[in-house]
Amino acid sequence: MSSSRAVNPWIRRSADPTLDRIMVTPEGVPLNVTIASAGARAGALLLDLVFIQIISTVIALLCLTLAFFFVAGGADFLDMDGPLGFVGIFYFIANFLLLNGYFIYFELGDRSATWGKRLVGIRVASRDGSRLTAEAIIARNIVRSVELFLPLTFLGSAGAGGMSVDLTTWAGFLWVLMFLLFPLFNKDRLRGGDVIAGTWVIQNVKKNLGDIVAPSAARISADGSPVAARYHFSDAELSVYGEYELQTLENVLRSDQEEALEKVATSICQKIGWEPGSGDERAFLEAYYTALRARLERSMKFGKRRKDKFAPHE
Amino acid sequence: MSTEQALSAAVLRSDRFRLEREADWIRLEDIVSKMEKGKNGRLSDEDVLALPTLYRTLLSSLSIARENSLDAGLIDYLEGLSLRSYFLVYGTQSSFGRWFAGFFGGGWSRAVRAIQLDIWIALSVMIAGAVIGYILVAGDSDWFYALVPGGFSEVRVPGATEEALRGTLFGTEDSDGLGVFAAFLFSNNAQVAILAFALGFAFAIPSILLLIHNMALLGAMLWVFAQRGLTVDFIGWLSIHGTTELFAILLAGAAGIHVGRSMAFPGARSHLKAASDAGKRAALVMAGVIIMLVCAGLLEGFARQLIDNSAGRFGVGGGMLLLWLVYFIGFGRERRRPGA
Repeated sequence: MSSSRAVNPWIRRSADPTLDRIMVTPEGVPLNVTIASAGARAGALLLDLVFIQIISTVIALLCLTLAFFFVAGGADFLDMDGPLGFVGIFYFIANFLLLNGYFIYFELGDRSATWGKRLVGIRVASRDGSRLTAEAIIARNIVRSVELFLPLTFLGSAGAGGMSVDLTTWAGFLWVLMFLLFPLFNKDRLRGGDVIAGTWVIQNVKKNLGDIVAPSAARISADGSPVAARYHFSDAELSVYGEYELQTLENVLRSDQEEALEKVATSICQKIGWEPGSGDERAFLEAYYTALRARLERSMKFGKRRKDKFAPHE
Repeated sequence: MSTEQALSAAVLRSDRFRLEREADWIRLEDIVSKMEKGKNGRLSDEDVLALPTLYRTLLSSLSIARENSLDAGLIDYLEGLSLRSYFLVYGTQSSFGRWFAGFFGGGWSRAVRAIQLDIWIALSVMIAGAVIGYILVAGDSDWFYALVPGGFSEVRVPGATEEALRGTLFGTEDSDGLGVFAAFLFSNNAQVAILAFALGFAFAIPSILLLIHNMALLGAMLWVFAQRGLTVDFIGWLSIHGTTELFAILLAGAAGIHVGRSMAFPGARSHLKAASDAGKRAALVMAGVIIMLVCAGLLEGFARQLIDNSAGRFGVGGGMLLLWLVYFIGFGRERRRPGA
């Protein structure tokens, strides 16, 4: 089940921590997931509606072309049992399948996402971490007809009929708003269909495996000794920082920008009372990072963790 | 630098941990990326077989890394890859054909039996609706125009002659375009059924109102025909497709009531859990409802116009009803299987 407790409490994972959740796999390992924001959902939906519109236009054009050829070929325009009737049947069935089948077909696939969702980078998943079943997909998309297509039809007919703005119109408008805005009123951004199907929509993650953060620490320098051996940090010099600062240092080393390296090296030197040298910032930072991480990981083994430089020593 | 050299040179234990295992991770990432792009065909058999093992190894690596490593980039990577492979290992996975076979082989009828109570509720609501419609119009025939939307029929109104009404029931001269008509009826009815289900989300009340309204319309129509002594013929005209169509609408309404009822009275479970359990069961019923409506559309479009006597219509309608009942009541009963 979901909870808002993060697995690793000190790793910042996403822009909006209120959307971070835990999903426990059947093996019992908690995984961090991030709920798709309402904006992403709306964007994906708009894209899907555009795709549906395009496909529906293609179907209509296809039917018109077929009908045109049949009429040109001498088919009676009013004979509905002839080839024109076939075109009519095809049109009705194709449109029904498109409106009701588009979302179901794509969400049943390996990526559990429609074209719009893929472009936005989100997908459907089962809320309790179990397998996403075909029933769940069908359930969440059948409800869509009330949430979306019914309001759209309603608005369309109200607009086309030039209906005066009376009580019914307002009631209908409220109905539209209630379902459309439903995701905004719960913390998991569930829409009606998600509630019924036991699903939610989460962000896709794609992270690359970076290099070892500080490879040079082990490298042998010209004089035959390890680079790291050039720097020795005392316990006191390493105890000024915690995991938060280690992570910041990791980011600086990974991004590898000259100015940032210099700036961080200077501020560390000030903090531990060293004389900042120049030209060798990267080697210094990698050595300090390695030593700091070794120290923090060692105490981690004994169950002691230090959040940041403000945390007291145990 | 080879892996062994890198291993012996790595200063940090957690880096050694990573170097020992990263080949497996990269292999898994490669498999996962191919599967996500839908290129399953390009995977070797060994890769497909290795996926579950690699996935479980990855999960244990992640658990160890969380406890032992402060390399945030590495943990982020393992988290992301775990989630991606989790979705493939526990994906929807059933192919459409297999799902369909399981659906007809008992999944559907079991789901229908599971919402039995709601079917009885929906049935009584529908009967009540028809009776209300009949009584209202019998009391004051102006009610007919309130219940039946304008343009629904110009001929079938209170006070119409017997010949005019009979003409709407029997008559083969305009059998043109039956197929188109059937297709249109199907997509129209299917949308109504989907609506009846989806409205259950609002605690089932709109579903019930929709059932009552539709059946009141039917009751009103029945009164018009009954006034001219055409009750039996009207029911025959209706039953050829109506047994299937009304049954489908009954199931759709029952599915909606099932969801609404579970949300209003979840029992010991949480509201969300109750709603999703009920929703999945009801979705199976709904998939079947669509299939029933395809049958009803075909019967309405073709069989009704082609079979022009009440006896034949009762025969077909009754036969269909019997077929559905036998399937729902008798099919897919759980047999006690060893270990099941």
